[in-house]
Amino acid sequence: MITKRIIPCLDVKNGRVVKGVNFQGLSDVSSPVELGKYYSDNGADELVFYDITASAEGRALFTDILREVARTIFIPLTVGGGINTLDDFDRVLKCGADKVSVNSGAIKNPDLIYEAAKKYGNQCVVLSADVKRVDGVFRVFAKGGRENTGMEAIEWIKRGVDNGAGEIVVNSIDTDGVKKGFDLEMLDKVCSAVSVPVIASGGAGKAEDFIELFQTLPKVDAGLAASIFHFSEVKISDLKQILDQSGIPVRI
Amino acid sequence: MIAIVDYGVGNLFSLESSFKSIGADVVVTSDPNVIKSAEKIVLPGVGAFADAAKKLKDSGLKELVVSEAKSGKPLLGICLGMQLLFDKSLEYGEHEGLGLIPGEVRPIEEVIPKEYKVPHIGWNQLEFGRNKNPLFKYLREGECVYFVHSYYGANCSESVIALTEYGASLTAAVAKDNVFGCQFHPEKSGKAGLNILRAFCEMGVR
Repeated sequence: MITKRIIPCLDVKNGRVVKGVNFQGLSDVSSPVELGKYYSDNGADELVFYDITASAEGRALFTDILREVARTIFIPLTVGGGINTLDDFDRVLKCGADKVSVNSGAIKNPDLIYEAAKKYGNQCVVLSADVKRVDGVFRVFAKGGRENTGMEAIEWIKRGVDNGAGEIVVNSIDTDGVKKGFDLEMLDKVCSAVSVPVIASGGAGKAEDFIELFQTLPKVDAGLAASIFHFSEVKISDLKQILDQSGIPVRI
Repeated sequence: MIAIVDYGVGNLFSLESSFKSIGADVVVTSDPNVIKSAEKIVLPGVGAFADAAKKLKDSGLKELVVSEAKSGKPLLGICLGMQLLFDKSLEYGEHEGLGLIPGEVRPIEEVIPKEYKVPHIGWNQLEFGRNKNPLFKYLREGECVYFVHSYYGANCSESVIALTEYGASLTAAVAKDNVFGCQFHPEKSGKAGLNILRAFCEMGVR
């Protein structure tokens, strides 16, 4: 039986993991390579590295580090952040990324998904959408959730899948950082609209939130989180045991 | 030495790194002489069957891989590289494979229920059946490996050495004498995957 995936997400700026990480036994808590290995050894099913660097130097450094991460870990690696062109896809795929996540780049240029899927296959293209309710309507936000594009989110996501996105990351701005659980209403709408894997993001605060997610919405394929894993509020190995005991299929 | 055949499809970096991590002497090569002198051959592959089959043929390495395999040298096909081992594929038309494993490659939609998503992406369990192939000697029944595929090996029951359940029993791995194929990605399957590669490294010539 296919298992539900647990995915930690690491934000990288100028070659270092930011947002503070708190682990025992790691000599360098902001090294993407060490953290990647830690997660890979401790039950993560996939890793997402998000490049939040703005400078060209930072980007080059990110690419170097990515190569080092890919040399060290043997689980799927998804890369996002600053993906605007096919050259950007090429750059990170050559360094060992398995999938590439597009967000603002696809909003600026919707053909990017189609072109990338045609060149690298649907399984390689992940559409990540930052979604927020505005007057009761789900809207897509760009630029890290700062700018309302005015686009209706479910339509946008459907279009992305039609154009070749092989997976969807739904990040609810409304529940992000609140730590009171995933945005089940939003995720349910997305799951009903598309037939590709859906990854839930935003809102996880404790292990029970993942149980609720997978029990309420069996169509959701994966749960993604950052800070609760980084601060060891939830350890992935413990989380997987709890999910297993709740009858949710996970890789142990 | 293990030769990973580089015929111009996809990135072989992870595969090379995974062999290196278990201490294997591995090279990524398109040089026929290196492939001939290797003790074992790995045939990788991503993307579409027709494109990969054409590139393998155009590179002049197709006949070499087939003859080396027929000489008894262990060969491991991975993902599309596994699919290439079959007689033919029905992915967008009908295309000829290497003919090393009897059977054909067909879309998984034909056998899985409609509500199941395509591609089959994610970690899924391996079922070995009664006789566990030496390729899996370091694995437990039910261990998870990472799959990404929309097509599967069909009409090949005599060669199946592992199945995986995805609304239907899908071919996860095949073997015929010294020729092995994994539909999943051992190089992306954590410890279980590395243990499969380790077992392959220990295979002798047959």
